[in-house]
Amino acid sequence: MNLQVLAQINSFLAALVLLTAFAMLSQRKINSLVILFAWQGLFLSINTAVTGFVAAKHHLYISSLLTLSLKVILLPYILHVLVVRLKIRKEMETIMNIPATMLIGIALVIFSYHLTAPVREMSTLITRSTLAVALATVMIGLLMMITRKHAVTQIIGFLAMENGLFFAATSATYGMPLVVELGVALDVLIAAFIFGIFFFQISTTFDSLSVEQMESLREDN
Amino acid sequence: MNPLHLIFTEILQVLIVLTVAPAFTGWVDMLKCWTQGRASAGVMQPYRNIAKLFVKDVVLAQNASWIFRFTPYFVFSTAVVAASVIPVISMNLFLAPSADIIVLIALFATARFFTALAGMDIGTAFGGMGSSREMMIASLAEPAILMSIFTVSLAGRSTSLLHIVQTFSGGVLVFRPSIVFAAIAFVLVVIAEAGRIPVDNPATHLELTMVHEAMILEYSGRHLALMEWGAMLRFFLFVTLGIACFLPWGIAATDNVVEIAAAVFLMLIKLAVIGGVVVLIETGLAKMRLFRLTEFLGAAFLMATLGVIAFFILE
Repeated sequence: MNLQVLAQINSFLAALVLLTAFAMLSQRKINSLVILFAWQGLFLSINTAVTGFVAAKHHLYISSLLTLSLKVILLPYILHVLVVRLKIRKEMETIMNIPATMLIGIALVIFSYHLTAPVREMSTLITRSTLAVALATVMIGLLMMITRKHAVTQIIGFLAMENGLFFAATSATYGMPLVVELGVALDVLIAAFIFGIFFFQISTTFDSLSVEQMESLREDN
Repeated sequence: MNPLHLIFTEILQVLIVLTVAPAFTGWVDMLKCWTQGRASAGVMQPYRNIAKLFVKDVVLAQNASWIFRFTPYFVFSTAVVAASVIPVISMNLFLAPSADIIVLIALFATARFFTALAGMDIGTAFGGMGSSREMMIASLAEPAILMSIFTVSLAGRSTSLLHIVQTFSGGVLVFRPSIVFAAIAFVLVVIAEAGRIPVDNPATHLELTMVHEAMILEYSGRHLALMEWGAMLRFFLFVTLGIACFLPWGIAATDNVVEIAAAVFLMLIKLAVIGGVVVLIETGLAKMRLFRLTEFLGAAFLMATLGVIAFFILE
């Protein structure tokens, strides 16, 4: 296959990553949110593998496999177990209504496009145009953490942010050194376990996983 | 090119659109009956309905103004004008250069505006309710369809439908994220514009859910026939607009008779497939609550905007 077609596939996958980010932003049900997170990881993993092939950087294959095993299989499984154990069934409430959140998301995409424009001018990599999408994914993950009240959805937002950072590293510099990536992957895994333990503690203490409940911990001045 | 040929192709295309549109609606209805395990009335049922309505008398309310009587003719004639502009079977049309894609959308919007006015004209509760709902849907659907159209125009480097069709049908099939997003947005909006499930149910007369049916509830006889035929044409034309923007392969570029015949044949195949997809969507989904429509059409707008953004970022 020629490079042109591969570059097109790559940007198509980047568009799908962005689409899943928006879908997560608009999703109310937590089970679907976990599934969407897995899809995002899958697109990211394929994208990384294609980038590795285009750039002939073989360590990207390893990061791709790492993403596949961690973010498509392991983390969604852990989250799923958490959701089942914590008996979360009802739809999640958001702070803002969903169309407004989506409009903010679009504004964030345009903002990150402008922010990465100088890098695009300087860079010669084939993946340089996907950097804007990566940055937008980080920001949409952050937006999701801000607009959700529920602890588990906030964690998914955090993990989506991490996806965006990984994507940014791949598209800006063909990935970080393998040691760093292994370290980050381990960190995320450990973080997921710790989050799980925390969730159980929070839900037994407050009878709810809504972050608003924690305001009762604040001292009155 | 010979102007006589252009006029001849034009007339041929309008006639084909007028005759095939009811069959397309009939085809969708028939497939729908089959998927729901019912016996169907066949593809020809819409023709029989229209023919029956044309011979019936018109019953007009006493307080009906000229708007009420004028609207069916207006709705039908805007559909005919649109049918003469969209390259359905051939790119060599006499009137095609006279209007671009934005004019087309405005034409459909004007027809919808008059339908809403006519719904309120008699002063019955259902008509007003239908009109208000229709306007709410229109206010959400039109930005989305325009955004989707803009994406296509950006990629085709023109808002002229002819130019877009020529550009796309010449090119090879490529992965273009912007076009894919625009196409998804277009499908979502066409469902709303044509009044299909999950936005509106064309087969219902239940007062809680009807939108288009509520507006035309007071019509009878030849007026109703024109309104129904107009609605079928509207659905058909939106689908052919989608074909022209996203699947333009096979639309005749010359006025060779064989090529035009092949174009008609290909169009029928595409329509048959699209009808199947529409039926799959309609049987798979339940009609949405009216106030969930903001999210449905918001998603369409988001897709279309992502298409525009993807065009600038990724291409």
